[in-house]
Amino acid sequence: MARHNVLGAVLVGALALSGCGGAKVGDSSSGATGDCGTFNLAVNPWVGYEANAAVLAYVAEKELKCKVTKKELKEEVAWQGFGTGEVDAVVENWGHDDLRKKYIDEQKTAVSAGSTGVKGQIGWYVPPWLAKEHPDILDWNNLNKYADQFKTSESGDKGQLLDGDPSFVTNDEALVKNLSLNYKVVYGGSETALIQAFRQAEKDKKWVIGYFYSPQWLLNEIKLEKVKLPEYKAGCDADAEKVACDYPDYDLDKIVSKKFADANGPAFQLVKNFKWTNEDQNTVAKYIAEDKMKPEDAAKKWVEANGDKVKAWMAKA
Amino acid sequence: MVAVAAPRQLPRKALIIGAIVLAWLVLWLLLRNIGTLPLDASAMTPLHRWINSINDAVGASRNSNPLFLYFFNEIRLVINEFVTFVQALIAQPSFGRPVPVIGWLGVVGIAGFVSLVVAGWRVALLAVAGFVFLGLQGLWQESMDTLSLTLAAVVISLLIGIPLGIWAGLSDRANRVMTPVLDFMQTMPTFVYLAPLTLFFLIGPASATIATLIYAAPPAIRITAHAIRSVPRNTVEASESLGATRKQTLVKVLLPSARKTIVLGVNQTIMAALSMVTIAALIDAPGLGKTVVKALQTLDVGTAFNAGLAIVVLAIVLDRVTTAATERRTLPRWALFSGLGVTGVTVYFSYTYLWAAEFPSEVEIGSSIRKGATAVTEWAQDSLTVLTGGFKDFVTWALINPLQALLAESPWFLVALVIVALSFLIGGVRCAVVSAACVGLLVATGLWQDSMITLASTLVATIMVMILGVVVGVWMGRSRRADRVIRPILDAGQVMPAFVYLVPFLALFAASRFTAIIAAVVFAAPVAIKIIADGIRAVSPATVEASTALGSSSWQTIVKVQLPMARGALTLAANQGLIYVLSMVVVGGLVGAGALGYDVVAGFSQSNLYGKGLAAGVAIVVLGVMLDRLTQAAAKRWTN
Repeated sequence: MARHNVLGAVLVGALALSGCGGAKVGDSSSGATGDCGTFNLAVNPWVGYEANAAVLAYVAEKELKCKVTKKELKEEVAWQGFGTGEVDAVVENWGHDDLRKKYIDEQKTAVSAGSTGVKGQIGWYVPPWLAKEHPDILDWNNLNKYADQFKTSESGDKGQLLDGDPSFVTNDEALVKNLSLNYKVVYGGSETALIQAFRQAEKDKKWVIGYFYSPQWLLNEIKLEKVKLPEYKAGCDADAEKVACDYPDYDLDKIVSKKFADANGPAFQLVKNFKWTNEDQNTVAKYIAEDKMKPEDAAKKWVEANGDKVKAWMAKA
Repeated sequence: MVAVAAPRQLPRKALIIGAIVLAWLVLWLLLRNIGTLPLDASAMTPLHRWINSINDAVGASRNSNPLFLYFFNEIRLVINEFVTFVQALIAQPSFGRPVPVIGWLGVVGIAGFVSLVVAGWRVALLAVAGFVFLGLQGLWQESMDTLSLTLAAVVISLLIGIPLGIWAGLSDRANRVMTPVLDFMQTMPTFVYLAPLTLFFLIGPASATIATLIYAAPPAIRITAHAIRSVPRNTVEASESLGATRKQTLVKVLLPSARKTIVLGVNQTIMAALSMVTIAALIDAPGLGKTVVKALQTLDVGTAFNAGLAIVVLAIVLDRVTTAATERRTLPRWALFSGLGVTGVTVYFSYTYLWAAEFPSEVEIGSSIRKGATAVTEWAQDSLTVLTGGFKDFVTWALINPLQALLAESPWFLVALVIVALSFLIGGVRCAVVSAACVGLLVATGLWQDSMITLASTLVATIMVMILGVVVGVWMGRSRRADRVIRPILDAGQVMPAFVYLVPFLALFAASRFTAIIAAVVFAAPVAIKIIADGIRAVSPATVEASTALGSSSWQTIVKVQLPMARGALTLAANQGLIYVLSMVVVGGLVGAGALGYDVVAGFSQSNLYGKGLAAGVAIVVLGVMLDRLTQAAAKRWTN
C-alpha cells in the first residue's frame, strides 16, 4: 500500500513536471532557405557600411530567400577574402586604390560592381560653434592665424590637426607641409578618438580641427563644418609627397569576388543593381546609431517605407 | 670625518650610473636632434617594402601552393570541426534544431556540477550564479559562443602546451630554444599576425582560435616547465635509485608533484584566452567581442560595458574554479550521485523544452546595466574633464615630455651607448651583449625614433604601475578585508576589454600619449598589485610582530621590514608590469600614443603599410626582450 503511494506520488510529480514543461523544442518549424544559396557579405566596421549591408541582407533574405552570412571584417581582411572564397561582396568601398591594384588588377580575384550612389567626402572639419564664431576659419588661408588656439599637450608649440583611423588614405602630413601650415598632425588612431574629440569640442566649446568624412552618423548629431582646402583637380594628388590640394570626392562603390560575379546568381544581381542616396543611408544609419535599432529592424523599417526603390533593384533580376 | 664609513659596492655603482646620466644630459644639450633616425608616419624603408612583397607573394600563391593545400588547410579543417562541434553543443542552433543541443539550464547544471566536483560547493554556487547572470544580461548566446571558442582554444593550447612544457622542464636545451619563441609569441602584437592568419587559415573559427592560442599557449608551456623543474631533486633521485625508468619517474613522481602548479598554468591560459576575445572579433570571431566592437562604432558605452562585464564574469568564474581545483578534494558519494542526477535532469529538460533551452527574455537586467553604465560615463565626461585635463597636461609636461625629449631627441648612438653601459653595470657582459643586439635590431627595423617615443611612454606607465602596485599591494597585503574587496576589481581590470573604457578615457584625457598610458596602467597595475600583495603577505608574521613589539609604527614596519623583505615580489612586479604595459602599446596607438602602436594599427588597416606594421611589431618585441632581461638582471643583483 505504502509502496503504491510512493509510486503514485512519483508518477503525479513526473506528470506535473512534464505538464508544466511548456513548449517542446521543434514544435515550431524554422525558416526555410530558397534556391539563392549562401551569400557571404562582408561588414566593414562603420555605421554607414552597416546600413548598406543591413538593407542588402534584409532584401536578399526576405525577397530572394538567400542564406546571408555576414562577416565582420576590416577592409584589408575582407578584400583578402575575395581570393580565398570567403567573401562575396564588399558593399561600400572608399577608393582604396592599393587594394584595387592588388586584387582587381594583379590577382584578378575581385571585380567592381558599380556605384552605391553614395558620395563620400574626406576633409578637415571643425565643430559648428567654431565655424559660427570664427567663420573665416573655414578657409585654409586663415588657419595659421588660429594655430595657437589649437595647441594641445601632444602638438608642442604648433596647432594640432587630429587624424583618426589609419584605414583611410590621408595626405595630411604632406598638406600641412606644402601649405606651410603651423600645425602638427597628431594620430588619434581610431574613429572613436575623433568622434569623442568633436563631441567634447562642441559641448565645451573647445578648439578642435581634425580629419573627418561624410556620410557619417555623427553628422546627424553634430553638423561639423568642412574647411576649404585648395580645390581638387584631377592628378593634383598624383605625387603623395607634393599634395597641396583637397581630397577628391569619392564615388563609393561595390566590389565583389570574381567567382560571385561569374556565377551571376540573384544575390549578385541584387548587389549590382543596389543604388541609393546619401539621405537614404543616413536614415538607416540614424536608426542604427541613434535610435539603437538592430540593423535588421532598421533595414526592415526602411525597406517597408521604400518599396519602389527596392523593386527597382529586383526588376532586372 | 671618519664617521662616514666607506660606502660599499652598491653606492659606488649608483655613482657611476649617476655620472652616465649626467654625461647623457650634457651631450643631449650639445647634440640635440642630430642622428635621431626619424621616419614619417607614411614613409617606409626598403625593408618594409620587402616584407610587403613577401606578403603579397604568399597571398597570390595561396591556391596553388602545396603547403597550403595539404598542411594549413588540414589544420584549419580539424580546428573548424572542433569549434563548430562545441558551438553546436552549447551555443548555436544545430543538427536541424532551432536551438543548441544543450540549453541554458543544462549548461548551468553542468557548470555547477563540474565546479562542485573540482572546486567545492562555494565555488559551484558562484559558477551557477555567474552563468545565470550571463543570461540575465541578455547575452546568453554570445557568452556561449565566447565560451566555446575559449574552451576550444584552451583545450588545444593544453594539448600542445603541456607536452612541450614537460619537455622544456626535462631538457635544458629545449628550454633554451623555447624561451625566446615564447617571448615572441607573448609580446608580438596580435594585430600584426591577424591579417596573415586569415590568409593561412581563412576567415572563421580556425583563425580566431589560432590567434587566441598563439597568445594563450605560452603560459601553459612556461608554467608546466617551471613546475617540473621545481620538483625537489632528491625526490627524483630517490625514484631513480629505486630503479624507475624515465617514463615511470615522469608519470609517478614528476607529474603528480607538479600537478598543483600545472593547474595554475591552465588558469593562466584561460585568462589569456579570454583577453583575446575582442581582438579575435576583428576577424569575425563569434561572441561577446563582436558585441563590444559593434557597440563602439556608435560609441555606445553601455552596450559595450554590458558585454565586457559578461567577459569579466566568465573570467572570474573560470578563474575561481581552476584556482580551487589545485586543492585535492573528495566529494561524498551521495553528493556526487545526486549532483549527477540533477545535472542529468537539467540537461534533459534543456534538450527537450523551449523554456530550458532558450534563456527567457522576460527576466533581464542587461538594459539596466547598459543605462547605468551610460549614465556613469556621461556624468564622468561632463563633470571631471576640467580636473582630468589639467592632470594630463601636468604629467605630460613634467614627466612624458622630458623623458621623450631625452630618448627621442638624442642621437641614436648616444642612447645606444648609454643603454649598453647601464646594462653592463646592472647585469655584466652578458646583459650588455643582449642590449647591444637589441639596440642594433631597433635601428634595423627603421623605427628607432618611434621606438624611443614608445619607450618613454612605457617607462612612465611602468612607474605609475609600480606606485599603484606598492600602495595598493601593501594595503591588500596587510588587510585581508581590503584584499577581498579589491581583488575582484583587479580581475575586472585585467579582463575587461580595453575598448570599453577607452571611450570615456578619450573624453577625459583627449587623444594623447597620456590616455594611452592610463589605459596601460589599468591593464598592468592589477598584476603588479597582486604580486606585491602576495609578497607582503608572505613576509613571516613573526618578523612583523617583532618589529611592532619593538615599537615601530605601521609606516616603519612597512618601509623597514615588509617592503625590503618582499623585494623579490617587487622586482617581479616591475618585470611583469613592464611586459603588460608593452602589450598595451597597440591599444595605445588607437587613442593617440602614435609611434610604434600607431604603426602597427596602420599596418593592419592599410595593405601597403603592412611591412612597416610588422617591423613595428618586431620593435615592440625587441623592446620587451631588452627590458625583460634588464629587469631580471637587476632583480638578481638586488635580491641576492
